[in-house]
Amino acid sequence: MRFFEDIEIGQRREVGSFTFTADGIKKFASQFDPQRFHLDEEEGRKSLFGGLAASGWHVASVCMKLVVADGQRWAREAAARGETIAVWGPSPGFRELRWIKPVLAGDTISFASEVEQLRPSSTRPEWGILQARNTGTNQRGELVFSFLASAFVPRRSAVA
Amino acid sequence: MTLTFEDFPPGHFGQFGPRRVSREEMLAFAAEFDPQPMHLDEQAASRSMLKGLSGSGWHLCAIMMRMMVDGFIGRSASLGSPGVSELRWLAPLRPEDDLTLDVEVAEARISRSRPGTGIVTFKAVVRNAAGQALCEMTSPIMVARRAGVAAEQAG
Repeated sequence: MRFFEDIEIGQRREVGSFTFTADGIKKFASQFDPQRFHLDEEEGRKSLFGGLAASGWHVASVCMKLVVADGQRWAREAAARGETIAVWGPSPGFRELRWIKPVLAGDTISFASEVEQLRPSSTRPEWGILQARNTGTNQRGELVFSFLASAFVPRRSAVA
Repeated sequence: MTLTFEDFPPGHFGQFGPRRVSREEMLAFAAEFDPQPMHLDEQAASRSMLKGLSGSGWHLCAIMMRMMVDGFIGRSASLGSPGVSELRWLAPLRPEDDLTLDVEVAEARISRSRPGTGIVTFKAVVRNAAGQALCEMTSPIMVARRAGVAAEQAG
């Protein structure tokens, strides 16, 4: 992953896409969000979602999965170029998470991440805090998911 | 009896749990959705900012959802949620933590676009057995009003 100093506001990465199957939707929901419209096709059709809908937390978890995989791909490429890899820290949280449209069985969601804000951490001088808008768009080009993520990113000064 | 909008007046709603989170479960979630070394590898985790193996924050979110469904959403007229206004991860989830969930109704109002539906904004806090807050969330959930109430008012 990149260091704080190497990141610019407005930088955007397409992090990958994922198809939500009926089985996958039901498996996640039965473990974490067993509401009827996430477990049963007919109940989904009768609900506001209009079909078997993925739990919003499933959509968010898949977004994380793809963001992490993209970061690991990037790190492998950077390592091959002989660059020093930054190990990102945890996230203090997120804001403005929106489940804009339902993600239904068979939908393929493409996720992207765009940097919105960068600031040094006031309490941890070796870290910066990055805010990025992570989004999911379905196969019809409709925005279905969005949130303002944040993470601790190491500064180059911490390595020197 | 199904809980409807009328059953969620502002104020403390309830406490749920405890719910044990096993190491196996933590590692399985991280392996599938958040395979960062701080969530999978003891050695790497001990060198991380969180100083020890920690669960994915998204796992904590998913567990909080399950505790809400088991606690009250499962027997409510929930219609789903439009999102989360804010979520803060305050302290790491550790293997074998026993979690409790405190739920407060921050706001309850009727939907402007759908008069048969209420919007209940919950503030939920997950704590470990020591009482330390791990995660705090503010999120609205759409809940149907009791049958007839909306019709009477519309009439």
